[in-house]
Amino acid sequence: MADEKKPVPRVRVPANAKAGELIEIKTLISHVMESGQRRDAAGAVIPRRIINKFTAAFNGKTVFEADWFPSISANPYQSFFYKAKESGEFVFTWKDDDGSSYETKNKLTVG
Amino acid sequence: MSQTANSRRNFLKTGAIAVLASILAPHMVLAEEADVKAALDKLYSGKTMAAGKIKLDLPQIAENGLVVPIGIDVESPMTDADYVKAVHIFADGNPLPNVISYRFTPECGKASASARMRLAKTQNILAVAEMSNGQLFTAKQEVKVTIGGCGG
Repeated sequence: MADEKKPVPRVRVPANAKAGELIEIKTLISHVMESGQRRDAAGAVIPRRIINKFTAAFNGKTVFEADWFPSISANPYQSFFYKAKESGEFVFTWKDDDGSSYETKNKLTVG
Repeated sequence: MSQTANSRRNFLKTGAIAVLASILAPHMVLAEEADVKAALDKLYSGKTMAAGKIKLDLPQIAENGLVVPIGIDVESPMTDADYVKAVHIFADGNPLPNVISYRFTPECGKASASARMRLAKTQNILAVAEMSNGQLFTAKQEVKVTIGGCGG
C-alpha cells in the first residue's frame, strides 16, 4: 500500500535561545493515522494503526508528552512550549501502534 | 371541509413526528455525552470540576472535519510548586470520546499546545485540566462541522 512508507518526522526548534526564554516547538510527522473506524470497498474494517504517543525530552528528562487517540488527523501536528534554561539536546519520539518508534534530535544553545 | 380535515391530519402528523423526534433525539445526545462522562470518570471519578482557567482555540465552523485545529492554553505560573500536570481533550460526537491527553511539566514554562483532529460532525469539545495540587478545571466549546471527517 502507498501508506506503508516510513514516517518522516519534521521538527522546528530555534537553534539558540536566551536563558528563561519561552520557545515554541512545532512538530509534524507523516503518518496515515488509520482510525480503525473505516471500512474498505469490501466492507471489512480497516485495522487501526496510529501513532499513539509523542514524547519530548531535554537532556534525558521528559518535558512534554501527548497521548494521541484515533481522532487525531493524518500527518499529525503537535506544537508546545519549552522554557530554555541550559544548552542541550531535545529528543523527540513518536510511538506507532505496530511497535516501531521514530526519533529525531535537535540541539539547543542557550546563552 | 375536506381541506380543513386534511390540514388537521397534517397537523397531527407533524405533531407525531415532533414527539417522536423529541423522544429519540435526547437519547442520542445523552448516549454521546455519556461516553465522554465515562471517559472522564475513568480519570477523575467523583472529583469536583470548575469551569475556567482553560482557553480553547477552536474554529466556530470547521469546513473540513478531517483537519480541525485544536489549541489549548491553561492559566498557570508553571513553577515546581504550581503547574498544570495534564490536559485531556474529549469530543462528544466522534466514534470514540478521547482525542488527546497531554502531560506538562514546569519545564514547559507555559501550558499551551496545539494539534489537529478529526470531527465526524458538529459537536462539543471538552477540555479538562489537572493542576499539580489536584484541582480540576474545564472548558467546553461547540464546533460546527460542514463536511464530517470520519470517512467510511
